[in-house]
Amino acid sequence: MEILKYEFMRHALAAGLLTSIICGIMGTLVVVNRIVFLSGGIAHAAYGGIGMAFYFNWPVIPSTMGFSLGASLVMAAVTLNNRQRADTVIGVIWAVGMAFGIILVDLTPGYNVDLMSYLFGSILTVPGSDLIIMGVIGALILFLVVFFYKELMAISYDEEFAGLRGLPVRGIYFFLIAMLGFTVVMVIQVVGLIMVIALLTIPPFMMEKYARSLGTMMAGSSLLGACFTMAGLYLSYRFDLTSGAAIIMVAGTVFLVTLGVEKIWSFMPRTVQPEN
Amino acid sequence: MDFSYNGEDVVLSDINLTIREHDFMAVIGPNGGGKSTLIRLVLGLLKPDKGQIRVLGERPGKLTQALGYVPQNVHINDHFPITALDVVLMGCLGTGGHLGQSRRTRKECEKDGLATLERLGMAEHAHKKIGELSGGQRQRVFIARALMTRPRLLLLDEPTAGIDSGGRADFLNLLKTLNKDVAIVVVTHDLFAVSGYVKSVACVNHRLHYHSQEEIEGQTLETMYACTVEDVCRVQVLAQGLPGAGLKKRGDADGNP
Ligand SMILES: Nc1ncnc2c1ncn2[C@@H]1O[C@H](COP(=O)(O)OP(=O)(O)OP(=O)(O)O)[C@@H](O)[C@H]1O
Ligand SMILES: [Mg+2]
Repeated sequence: MEILKYEFMRHALAAGLLTSIICGIMGTLVVVNRIVFLSGGIAHAAYGGIGMAFYFNWPVIPSTMGFSLGASLVMAAVTLNNRQRADTVIGVIWAVGMAFGIILVDLTPGYNVDLMSYLFGSILTVPGSDLIIMGVIGALILFLVVFFYKELMAISYDEEFAGLRGLPVRGIYFFLIAMLGFTVVMVIQVVGLIMVIALLTIPPFMMEKYARSLGTMMAGSSLLGACFTMAGLYLSYRFDLTSGAAIIMVAGTVFLVTLGVEKIWSFMPRTVQPEN
Repeated sequence: MDFSYNGEDVVLSDINLTIREHDFMAVIGPNGGGKSTLIRLVLGLLKPDKGQIRVLGERPGKLTQALGYVPQNVHINDHFPITALDVVLMGCLGTGGHLGQSRRTRKECEKDGLATLERLGMAEHAHKKIGELSGGQRQRVFIARALMTRPRLLLLDEPTAGIDSGGRADFLNLLKTLNKDVAIVVVTHDLFAVSGYVKSVACVNHRLHYHSQEEIEGQTLETMYACTVEDVCRVQVLAQGLPGAGLKKRGDADGNP
């Protein structure tokens, strides 16, 4: 594998695999809880954190994480009581967070070319130090999800019943959204904030029908995500494409093709042998 | 006790009801009469506007551990990747230790869960995905989940709605067995089916009319039998108005005449 000769490629692979695993786990929770829009909101609002990092000259990942955590907790608070009807507020936070970031960047002296990488991802330039942060956060999320697996499953499946059994439903929900905030910042590194939702939701969407438990759905999604990331990375290296976009294109294409195949399959009369 | 969802349209008013230990109560009434609302109030999922509710001497919501609940709508999250057995095992959550850690070990719990499913004739479907089950099968899974909580009071909101007649008789017999140490409240539209089992009947149509065991053994039940469920409440009011038709035994728990 001559592609692995380069250190940046090894870093990119590591970052891609890490994100795939975390996306598989958190994306599963996002999909079964139907909070895809909320995750999009967190991802875009996180731009405010990037803006602050530039303006105040803070380290990017920690300040983005802080900001994204704040935004996600606000969103958790407004969606707590009616998860379905909260989309307006999420939309507002989504846009305001972004606007805030853009304005701060405007006010920052000098022109920052780097900024594009937060919009579209910069997996090929992930430094070793960021990899360590990602690894630590990934391990932490993995540990927490495994530890609270039953609780997360219970509130995801039947919140009312979980509450009746005495589980702290609100606490677990906040905790879930906070983890999502961290996840989103990690994924921004790889595919950029505009495409976060795709990487977070496409693999779990594809797995949902076939998995019989949250655990298998998480594992399957992680694996699927890893394949997409690797393939996208290869394409981006081979044809000199933006890595984030290449990854999403691979995932999206596979998703749409399987969707199409399933549709055709379900229209096919079952008693007649398909001709080919 | 009074209750309304939005502060204007009163759904339940002047409710006064006592569920005794070892009671087996049928709650009947027309659609929209407030039966599910009453159950949700007892569970502490809703708060009364006026008056108070006590469950085993405590505020509802405090003692939810002692309550088993089968919701009316079992079609929540149909596509969720979860097996029937795993749904049942949720009944083990929060019985004891902190943060939902079960006092029963995982093994015990799983054994219990399988045995409960077996009792409901669902053993061979234990490892199927919940979305692949029929409505009635799903209802049995939810009943099993409620039984897993080892409740002292079991609240069932139309548990037999999707269950076939054979299964219904089995299920009612199961409830009868359970009734030896658990009080049971069952919302139903089919008073005929439960008539041989219940000890008392509460009729809910924004107001509540309660008929104790002694009462339904007499005339009232026959009057109720003659009518459809929708007519029951009106007929009962009439029956109560008639001299001698069960007016005497309404002492400790009753709605307004
Ligand atoms: N979440 C809600 N918000 C506002 N009003 C509600 C809500 N749920 C029920 N209601 C109203 O309260 C009344 C009683 O509803 P409830 O569900 O308790 O009826 P029910 O007796 O269980 O009927 P069914 O036999 O159809 O199950 C109805 O008029 C209904 O419109
Ligand atoms: Mg109802």
